[in-house]
Amino acid sequence: MTKIVVLAKLVPDLVEELEIAPDGKALDMMWLRLLINEFDNHAIEQAVLLKEAVGGEVTIISPDAEGVDDMLFTTAAKGADKLIKLVGDFEDMPNNHALASAFAKVAKEEQPDLILTGVQANNDLDGAIGPLVAKELDMPYVGYISGVTLEEGGVIARKEYPGGLIGEMEVKLPAVLGIQASEEPPRYVAISKVRQMMKSAAIDEHDVPELADTGGLPVNRMYLPEAAERAEMIEGDEDEIAAKLVELFQEIGVM
Amino acid sequence: MAMPSATQSPLFTKEFYTSLFENIDGENIKTCLQCATCSGVCPFGHVMDFPPGRMIAWMRAGILEEMLESDSVWMCVSCYACTEVCPKEIPVTPSLMTRAKEEVLLAGNVPTELQSALEFSQRYGNPLGESSRKRAAWIEDLDFEVPTARKVRRPVDVLWFVGDYASYHPRVKEVTKAFAKLLKALEIDYIILGGAENSDGDSQRLAGEKGLFEVLAEKNAKAFSRCEFGEIITTDPHAYNALKNEYPQLGIEYPVKHYAEFLVERLEEIKPLLKDNGKVRVTYHDPCYLGRVNDIYDEPRTLLEAIPGLELVEMPHNKTTSLCCGGGGGGMWLDGFRWEKAEARLSEWRMREAASTAVDVLALACPYEPPRFEDAAKAIKGAEDIVVKDIIELLVEVMEE
Repeated sequence: MTKIVVLAKLVPDLVEELEIAPDGKALDMMWLRLLINEFDNHAIEQAVLLKEAVGGEVTIISPDAEGVDDMLFTTAAKGADKLIKLVGDFEDMPNNHALASAFAKVAKEEQPDLILTGVQANNDLDGAIGPLVAKELDMPYVGYISGVTLEEGGVIARKEYPGGLIGEMEVKLPAVLGIQASEEPPRYVAISKVRQMMKSAAIDEHDVPELADTGGLPVNRMYLPEAAERAEMIEGDEDEIAAKLVELFQEIGVM
Repeated sequence: MAMPSATQSPLFTKEFYTSLFENIDGENIKTCLQCATCSGVCPFGHVMDFPPGRMIAWMRAGILEEMLESDSVWMCVSCYACTEVCPKEIPVTPSLMTRAKEEVLLAGNVPTELQSALEFSQRYGNPLGESSRKRAAWIEDLDFEVPTARKVRRPVDVLWFVGDYASYHPRVKEVTKAFAKLLKALEIDYIILGGAENSDGDSQRLAGEKGLFEVLAEKNAKAFSRCEFGEIITTDPHAYNALKNEYPQLGIEYPVKHYAEFLVERLEEIKPLLKDNGKVRVTYHDPCYLGRVNDIYDEPRTLLEAIPGLELVEMPHNKTTSLCCGGGGGGMWLDGFRWEKAEARLSEWRMREAASTAVDVLALACPYEPPRFEDAAKAIKGAEDIVVKDIIELLVEVMEE
């Protein structure tokens, strides 16, 4: 039986206005509303589609956050078999290196054949989750996937390239795939079904006693876009423009 | 850990047919004459694989699965035209069509457009996907204060349930602001709920999402219970219908009036405020949920006739035969889907009638309508110059200098 693990996280909801924390280096969590990362939602749909096509078991792993239980129960109503919540110091939204390390440890216990996750998220400051998890588990990774077919010992993954090209590639399992889009749009489940799951399904809590302190980027300043002065257009032929650019780069100290 | 598997196939079984008997007057379905009046009067009956009459025939014959292959139910605008004309008084809209949508939705067969509106309603408390914190942002455009429940901490006469489109839609907000002016002019002691208000949920219910309707109703009930007021008023016939007929079934009972009823009660106070701005020829479009569903036909007309110089004329379809604007039963969120199926817009059909009636103004009383009919006016020859306005706007216009 194919074991599929989906790594999903909640991210800031951009419908709500974002506030900067008093230290000026992060979003103010107090005013933040969270929702499932759209790409992770596609990864969940892809996992359920695979299960419906060839059978298998789908496990969803997500770090603790406000609203995560509802999100997990919704995935159960869609067809997920097992729900795991990572419990620990997740209040301030850890960086992706720390989160990937926590994901990898718990995912490994599940002995998955295939790990799916969203290819990106709106709060990825230090790289996407997929490749980081793949490195931790020493598995191959392919991102920007918009279609997956399970075969004996592997999958055929369809990857989008610029210019409207699609590549099909064989990937040996176990592997991690970064999902750009599921083959069908994520399905709707009636609220009554989600409520039913709240009564009948269970969420396994996995303690994450300590978050890895490697990786991550020190944020110096986080701010809303500011109206700036108009761009300076450099005039002249190619050589003159290049010379002026070099001069400017030296001036601001990046060259 | 074992989990129950989610049902994937809809339940159009014998049990579905017999479950219809449980609705109010549901047993009348047994007496269906197969006269097909329902299918004939249905504005989208001609494009449905299974218009109501045929659905009943096939269910009686025990052939249920074929109905599932079809997405006809999503063409139903819940306009009650079928229910109005049925000689055997079968509750076609509230029972058969709504229950059929529920089953199809439970099976996960939901058009994508509709899906977003339902997800937004669940998450933000409105189908437009706007922040719930900005629900009362329209009051900032006014140069007087609109009292919110948070600020006014005392019993009031009236709670104004503003509603989704009235709160967020740029065109409909103009009507909302006009209504605030009218309440101020009449010195009504009222509050609005602001961010604590949620969608009334009626159109979501009629689009088959009963569970969502109940969640939204519970949230509104909680907000109502924190305030003290004499009655609820609303400009939205859908909210009116929910509060009047559906919420009581959930134990949420408050006296409620549509603004037309509320204002007619104050007609003698309103009349002296209205100036004569010259002759104008006006027709009135009966919203489904004010007219056919709740039998309110006279009050909106009484308000219009109070306007000096206004000549009220009727379109060929009026009162019980009024045409649907296309927004009901989830129609606000199925425009693309329905255009693909029918290549017709109900609002344009209505606008053709308004043009043939040679009016200056099409008067409305529902927040779904101004944007739908304004768009239709642009598309219909002869309707380009017809002004589309809510009755509230027409009243406030003749009150101002």
